Amino acid sequence: MRIKRNTILTLAVAVVLVGLLYWLSFNQAKNGMLVSILQKSAIFALVAVSMNLLNGFTGLFSLGQAGFMSIGAYTTAILLIPVKNLDGVYYMNGVSPFIRAVKVYLATLPDWFQAIYPFIALLLGALLAAIVAALVGIAVLRLKSDYLAIATLGMSEIIRAICSSPQMDKITNGSYGLNKIPNFPPLLGGLIPAMLTPFIVVAICITFIMLLIRSSYGRAFKAIREDEIAAEAMGISLVKHKAMSFVISSFFAALAGGLLAMYMRSIEAKTFSISLTYDILLIVVIGGIGSVSGSVLSAFLVTASKEWWLRFFDQPLNILGWQVPLFRTGFRMIIFSVLLMVVVLVYRRGLMGSNEFSWDRLLGRFKRKKLSEGGVK
Amino acid sequence: MSMTTILQHCLTGISLGGAYALIAIGYTLVYGILRLINFAHGDIFMMAGYFMIFAMASFPWPVAIVITIVVTTVMGVGIERMAYKPLRKSPRMSIMISAISVSYLLQNLSTYLFTAIPRGYPEIPFLKRIFQIGELSASFVTVLTPVLTLILVVLLMILVNKTKTGIAMRAVSKDFETAKLMGININGIVSVTFAIGSLLAAVGSILYFTDRMSVTPFSGTLPGLKCFVAAVFGGIGNIPGAVLGGFFIGIVETLLVALGYSTFSDAFTFLLLIVMLLVRPTGLFGEKTVEKV
Repeated sequence: MRIKRNTILTLAVAVVLVGLLYWLSFNQAKNGMLVSILQKSAIFALVAVSMNLLNGFTGLFSLGQAGFMSIGAYTTAILLIPVKNLDGVYYMNGVSPFIRAVKVYLATLPDWFQAIYPFIALLLGALLAAIVAALVGIAVLRLKSDYLAIATLGMSEIIRAICSSPQMDKITNGSYGLNKIPNFPPLLGGLIPAMLTPFIVVAICITFIMLLIRSSYGRAFKAIREDEIAAEAMGISLVKHKAMSFVISSFFAALAGGLLAMYMRSIEAKTFSISLTYDILLIVVIGGIGSVSGSVLSAFLVTASKEWWLRFFDQPLNILGWQVPLFRTGFRMIIFSVLLMVVVLVYRRGLMGSNEFSWDRLLGRFKRKKLSEGGVK
Repeated sequence: MSMTTILQHCLTGISLGGAYALIAIGYTLVYGILRLINFAHGDIFMMAGYFMIFAMASFPWPVAIVITIVVTTVMGVGIERMAYKPLRKSPRMSIMISAISVSYLLQNLSTYLFTAIPRGYPEIPFLKRIFQIGELSASFVTVLTPVLTLILVVLLMILVNKTKTGIAMRAVSKDFETAKLMGININGIVSVTFAIGSLLAAVGSILYFTDRMSVTPFSGTLPGLKCFVAAVFGGIGNIPGAVLGGFFIGIVETLLVALGYSTFSDAFTFLLLIVMLLVRPTGLFGEKTVEKV
């Protein structure tokens, strides 16, 4: 009975969410801000979940997320910038002839190819990041906790330095960055509006990660997190599983990076600095290290508060002629930093701890409340 | 490139290296005792830059230097008490996240208080006086930095090797629990360590920013990370190693910039880290530790 009730509830919520998104896609003009915040949240949810897979489930504290995102973002951007805009984008140094030739050839392919091309670009970016992760992983994954953190952080800085170096001018446009990146493409030949594409891509990816975590591989990851030596003694190959977690995490981070490039329409190397990794870490910690649903929930909450609800902290506020002190540009970020500190120091579990969302828990909470209000058991 | 230019760049590199060495000691001491990468150390160094700007606005330079050093030291110890002490018994990951969140807080706090626009660093007249040595020209601070660094390191070595506090520090870094059983006041020693680290960071910050002339809320991040690499390079927990690492990174970085690879000078540091950790994870002078189950 219980399982049936939960399925019905989940389906009901899913239908409501999908309906809401569809409604939004038809009223996009009026709700531009809400749409853009939701899209950004979805993208960050995917990065946060990919970071959680590595940090929360496998216990490898890696700070390289921003680097892999930049690989995905740059690859997607370079592949997607329309041929006619190439000269405008690479106005300083020109574009490498090879890239131009490939793009001119691809532009001649039939329509069905053009429809799936953006997704191929996303996948290529993610695959490239996965290959880089596999190569870097051979070296870096031999390191333990804090050394791994600083090495991955360094690796992300190296990737950023390479992207913005003058030697890469003809490919990544060096420090000028790339712009005129096309927005999200529609799915299934326009059956699903372009606005919903990021949500669907993110949902598919997160579902995949969820399934992975529930599989035997996921259990191996958790075993490594709990105790490496014990896990090895149980016959789990440390090298294989760590590399796997690292590569998969990077793959999805890069995919999210590609989506971010489509979302922002213009990228530069600075976008993917250390502070981006810290922003993602903030989401993961607040959501609960080791909880996928926590990361998703917290991605939406943190992004919405950052971009929308807490915006007023940055504006001078006047209540009945009394100027509220402290409210000016930058105050919002202080609130976030303090929030992160409080979560780390006092409320260490974050929103969800290492639990996943479940109806039983949520409804159980209401029931317990009723009992305490005078119910008899 | 002529010999003079090379020597000139080496001189600049040694000066930069001296400042790096002072910051690297902070990392190496704290890591030696708490096994924690103090991600906030670079930001403490940046805050010291701002303290100096404000102290110089209303005091003559000798007083301003003292104020900067004292305030930075107090801040370093305060951060340890508030953010790291409550997490002594927690897993390594939480204390590391706590360090990152302190760094995040300091950066955002200084963006809020001082805005992200670079602020001019005050000039101390006698530090900026230009010297001519043969064909080389250097400001006094360039010559002073390595000398002052070496003096401070010698003093620190005496403190660590000869005094009672130093013995306690070494004991705590060898074995936390046993040191506690021997009646060593762990919290006191950790505070002393953070105080020394922050003090040296403050001195390093004065030397570093006098040459760079402006401070932004993010000017501590990269030097901070590079100095951690310097500490790892020399063997973490080892003071002369950290100094050597600081000088090495400072010189190589300056030479790379001089050769026109300025975008890769940061990348080089991290490449050095990864290679070092793979080839000789204990650093140049580090001791080998065996992991027990």
